[in-house]
Amino acid sequence: MSEQSQPNKRRYSGPRIRLSAVIICAYLLFILVPIYWLAIMSLKSNAEILGDFTLWPDAITFDNYKTILTDPAWYMGYVNSFIYVSLNTVISLTVALPAAYAFSRYRFMGDSHLFFWLLTNRMAPPAVFALPFFQLYSSVELFDTHIAVALAHCLFNVPLAVWILEGFMRGVPREIDETAFIDGYGFGRFFTRIFIPMIAPGIGVAAFFCFMFSWVELLLSRTLTSVDAKPITAIMTRTVSASGLDWGVLAAAGVLTIIPGAIVIYFVRSYIAKGLALGRV
Amino acid sequence: MTQKTNNQRAWFLVLPVLALVAFSSIIPMITVVNYSFQDSFGGNEFFWVGLEWYRELLQSERLWDALGRQLLFSSIILLIEIPLGILIALSMPKKGWMASLCLVLMALPLLIPYNVVGTIWQVFARADIGLLGRAISDLGLSYNYAQNAFDAWVTVIVMDVWHWTSLVALLSYAGLRSIPNAYYQAAEIDQASRWAVFRYIELPKMSGVLIIAVLLRFMDSFMIYTEPFVLTGGGPGNATTFLSIDLVKMALGQFDLGPAAAFSLMYFLVILLISYVFYTVMISADNDGTAR
Repeated sequence: MSEQSQPNKRRYSGPRIRLSAVIICAYLLFILVPIYWLAIMSLKSNAEILGDFTLWPDAITFDNYKTILTDPAWYMGYVNSFIYVSLNTVISLTVALPAAYAFSRYRFMGDSHLFFWLLTNRMAPPAVFALPFFQLYSSVELFDTHIAVALAHCLFNVPLAVWILEGFMRGVPREIDETAFIDGYGFGRFFTRIFIPMIAPGIGVAAFFCFMFSWVELLLSRTLTSVDAKPITAIMTRTVSASGLDWGVLAAAGVLTIIPGAIVIYFVRSYIAKGLALGRV
Repeated sequence: MTQKTNNQRAWFLVLPVLALVAFSSIIPMITVVNYSFQDSFGGNEFFWVGLEWYRELLQSERLWDALGRQLLFSSIILLIEIPLGILIALSMPKKGWMASLCLVLMALPLLIPYNVVGTIWQVFARADIGLLGRAISDLGLSYNYAQNAFDAWVTVIVMDVWHWTSLVALLSYAGLRSIPNAYYQAAEIDQASRWAVFRYIELPKMSGVLIIAVLLRFMDSFMIYTEPFVLTGGGPGNATTFLSIDLVKMALGQFDLGPAAAFSLMYFLVILLISYVFYTVMISADNDGTAR
């Protein structure tokens, strides 16, 4: 039996692995080529970008980066973005964790309606809601603060965090909670000591998505800030429209916007890769 | 599967979320509803017009055209990105530094601000200075996304696939990794085919994250604005004027909050309705799957 299946398996698995490698390589190439184009554009002068077609810059210049890293009006944009994105991620996860637990474990009045209502908050087209947002945050005197943007982004990040975490928590068998409660754990201690470490991969994934959606959002963060908390995405659009299209600087700024997120995914990658440690429970 | 227990005190766990989201959601929503029934002059004088704007919008051919384009766009996006994302998740290495590398590289497009995504593709697809446009032209095909409606559509769709397929892939991958090895071992003992493993083990186990992926991609593609606006500006003509672009054109063009507010409410209701259908259908399919 095992002698028969062994060569069979090899014959199957050989081509399949190669096919999947081809798929992954093709996809990564597709992902990376436009980014490569952005990256080498940031190392070219505007004259070369518009005048020549070169796969590699003739004369590598770091002037575009110098423009950004020496001008506070530019680099403070990254700092501002980073502050409100971090605030948003922390707030979103803090409120979403207990809520996701409630949704995954208990039945209570209006639970499914509430769950869907949370999702509906991702569905409001921001273009027109921007003005009422501006009025609301001005009236509570939070306009142009980091916390305003962080709170506004909770609108679409909290529902998402609740949703992702609920999905992960559903995979944790309920017997674990029951055993812990029988062993005399209170809810708070059980939740922080046992449950949160168990769904750490879910928290990593949720944190990544909160970070990501807050980082790339443009309309609300632009509406809610003017000077002190202005995000990099808004600075990019304004500088570009003011001085014509400065492709090189725009490309350099774009490359710099990818880096913080890449660092975050590098830290949560093991969580995603590990997935839920269900098998070990 | 054990039943969920009834517990009304669970409301206390949900309360922080409720308060936080309601703060940012309910007041702006009421304001927009309020605007949609009024005519504003100069931004501070308002007159009650009742359902006037809604009536006008429902008869507007422009709106129906934009809605048609939007539905077509979202359908194409979902049909490409969901299967492709699952395929990529299945093809990814299971562990080791290769898996980490794949994850980090694949996530890159997701972390690029929307306006930069538009800019990247605007340059990348240009026939004179972009790699893609240049390559297609060198193959002898005529390609110009700024003038040809078909080319513009293809470019916007490829851009969206580039931008968002990784989201589906990452979510599916997280779902796949949560499947205990015992399931695969059981399948091996049963000598299940690759397709059977996918259909009866992997797909049901992924259903939770797939619901998230489908709904997220639907909602976000239905509200897409910045990327096609930067890439094509809604052109050529109105070829890529999706609902959001039309909405902003209207809001900026008329200096009147009434019609724009009515537009965004109807827009919101369409998204709500379709999402609700998706959600209900997929949840019930999911429940059937777990019951089996």
